[in-house]
Amino acid sequence: MTPAPAPWDEARAAQIIRAHAGLEGALLPIFHALQAEFGCISDEAAALAAEILNISRAEAHGVLTFYHDFRRSPPGRHVLKLCRAEACQARGARTVEARVTGELGVGFGETTSDAAVTLLPAYCLGLCASGPAALLDERPVARLEGERLERLIRDARA
Amino acid sequence: MTSRLFVPKDAAALAVGADEVVRALTQAAGKAGRRIEVVRTGSRGLFRLEPLVEVETDEGRIGYGPVSPDEVAELVAAGLFDGAEHRLRIGPPEALPFFARQTRLTFARCGIIDPLSLNDYRASGGFAGLEKARAMAPQAIVEAVKASGLRGRGGAGFPAGIKWETVLGASGARKYVACNADEGDSGTFADRMLMEGDPFLLIEGLLIAMRAVGAAKAFVYVRSEYPQAAQTMTEALTLCRGAGLLAEGDIEVRLGAGAYVCGEETAMLESLEGRRGQVRAKPPLPAHAGLFGQPTLVNNVLTLAAIPTILSAGPEAYAALGFGRSRGTAAVQLAGDVKNGGLFETPFGLTLGELVLQIGEGTESGRPIRAVQAGGPLGAYFPASLFDTPFDYEAFAAKDGLVGHGGLVVFNDTVDMAEQARFALEFCAVESCGKCTPCRLGAVRGVETVDRILAGRDPGASLELIRDLCDTMKFGSLCALGGLTPLPVLSALNHFPEDFRAPHEAAE
Ligand SMILES: Cc1cc2nc3c(=O)[nH]c(=O)nc-3n(C[C@H](O)[C@H](O)[C@H](O)COP(=O)(O)O)c2cc1C
Repeated sequence: MTPAPAPWDEARAAQIIRAHAGLEGALLPIFHALQAEFGCISDEAAALAAEILNISRAEAHGVLTFYHDFRRSPPGRHVLKLCRAEACQARGARTVEARVTGELGVGFGETTSDAAVTLLPAYCLGLCASGPAALLDERPVARLEGERLERLIRDARA
Repeated sequence: MTSRLFVPKDAAALAVGADEVVRALTQAAGKAGRRIEVVRTGSRGLFRLEPLVEVETDEGRIGYGPVSPDEVAELVAAGLFDGAEHRLRIGPPEALPFFARQTRLTFARCGIIDPLSLNDYRASGGFAGLEKARAMAPQAIVEAVKASGLRGRGGAGFPAGIKWETVLGASGARKYVACNADEGDSGTFADRMLMEGDPFLLIEGLLIAMRAVGAAKAFVYVRSEYPQAAQTMTEALTLCRGAGLLAEGDIEVRLGAGAYVCGEETAMLESLEGRRGQVRAKPPLPAHAGLFGQPTLVNNVLTLAAIPTILSAGPEAYAALGFGRSRGTAAVQLAGDVKNGGLFETPFGLTLGELVLQIGEGTESGRPIRAVQAGGPLGAYFPASLFDTPFDYEAFAAKDGLVGHGGLVVFNDTVDMAEQARFALEFCAVESCGKCTPCRLGAVRGVETVDRILAGRDPGASLELIRDLCDTMKFGSLCALGGLTPLPVLSALNHFPEDFRAPHEAAE
């Protein structure tokens, strides 16, 4: 289980941003760090990063919205990334996908109504000979069938 | 006496319960009153054996696999700690035909040593290439890379030595090396395995590259889908920094953010600069004006990881292996529905059929093979009639396909090739950086058109439109994302036309 995201705190956010601001091309490391702390990158957070890095808000926003990883609203308690790419397709990923979306009652990009889990697509996790594969928070899970698939769904809902 | 055990912590082992197995081993040892030491290694790369547990014995390491946590107690009772007989015992892993047939240069240590032990690394010949390089002039290092015949392993196969020479000769206020560890191609995992199983080898290759081109800073751009690899690389760099090994300059790990196109080198540079991962028009080449406008050497993980061996064993030894203009070893990655899925390092030149049928031993499901997608999502689908194609950049290109990063995804006879063509176009649409129209819009139109064919709406004209769109994407796209998406689409159409018929038509 990942630690619960901290509530928004401008002083803490500024501290995180300043800690990374000296890096070359600092914006991605800053966004990753903000998301790790607060669970997402709010418009306020992006604006603060822009201000401290001395770039325009539009530029920060453009970067934020370009990358699939960055979220602008909080996710569920868990994030489940299910691989949809070819190697997993060849090992039955489409069936697993139908099972998981049916069981959780959400589609990709959605969060269950009890806020337990956000389901996201992944296009390859590098587990291509052991698919279907998933990443629950940062934990890889593969050979998704039988008991391992059941457990993944249970863990995601926890 | 303490028994030494080895259990991988490679993501593919963790994903099937390696940590639980280690916990069970520790418990069982406690109960049996035995002392054990568990070394966490990378994976040897035959994934159906994971979690693979090895024990050190007088006859070398003996493997057991795949071990599930609830079998551990029974295994220990049977004498696992002494290498005793059991139905899961595979003997010395390196004696299995899958490993015995390989030529492991880049992956020689993977699965064997503790990836974060500098002592293990040194004891197995590590840093010998760097030591040699440090006694050589930059131009001499470049000459060695040229003489090896090494080509970029990221996909395009560009001669590494020529790129290095260009960066060495370029002038700028400072220079960079950017290691491409974005490994986005489905069916590939070699970069991941190497970073998790032998990170010091990549660091050694990076330091040699920095010395050769005159760069004082390097980045390793690791995709965010690889948290374990990023972690191991970061820890390995901390150890090297602490030991004063980063004499050429600092190396920093940077995380991607889930954009496939950021594997394209100029998009990766944009991303490293903290911007949207949009492709840059070339020229200028990154070698002349790359990261922050400075001369930048961009190489894939495997390209850089081949360098220490090339220097320590000599470029001639490397160049002596291979086929045609593809020199050295290829990290072939067998994936999808294949029995022996995993990493097979071998000189270029085995045929596709040898790789999937003899080495891979066909499908895991037992069904017949219908198609093999080679080279990732932008690579062609090969039918069995092309299985005599040798694994070689030029031979694959001659069949309208590509070797790419070396992934082979095996599909059985249940695959619907129209569905695969549709997916290739959909993937391109989702991942397009949006900068050029043929890729951004062509892919979307392509998906709609495949849907029209499958719905039986004007299939003749629709098929013609797909070919037309592919033509536009191939010649009009800014980078190979749009430029190569036609390969999987057209190969599906050309080799499997029977799948591109509306349901009622197919029934007729
Ligand atoms: C859409 C796209 C994705 C790519 N993804 C990767 C990748 O994940 N890793 C990689 O090394 N090269 C990738 N490439 C190739 C790079 O642009 C570049 O050729 C390579 O990093 C150069 O290193 P090399 O010469 O050592 O192969 C990609 C290219 C395209 C067009």
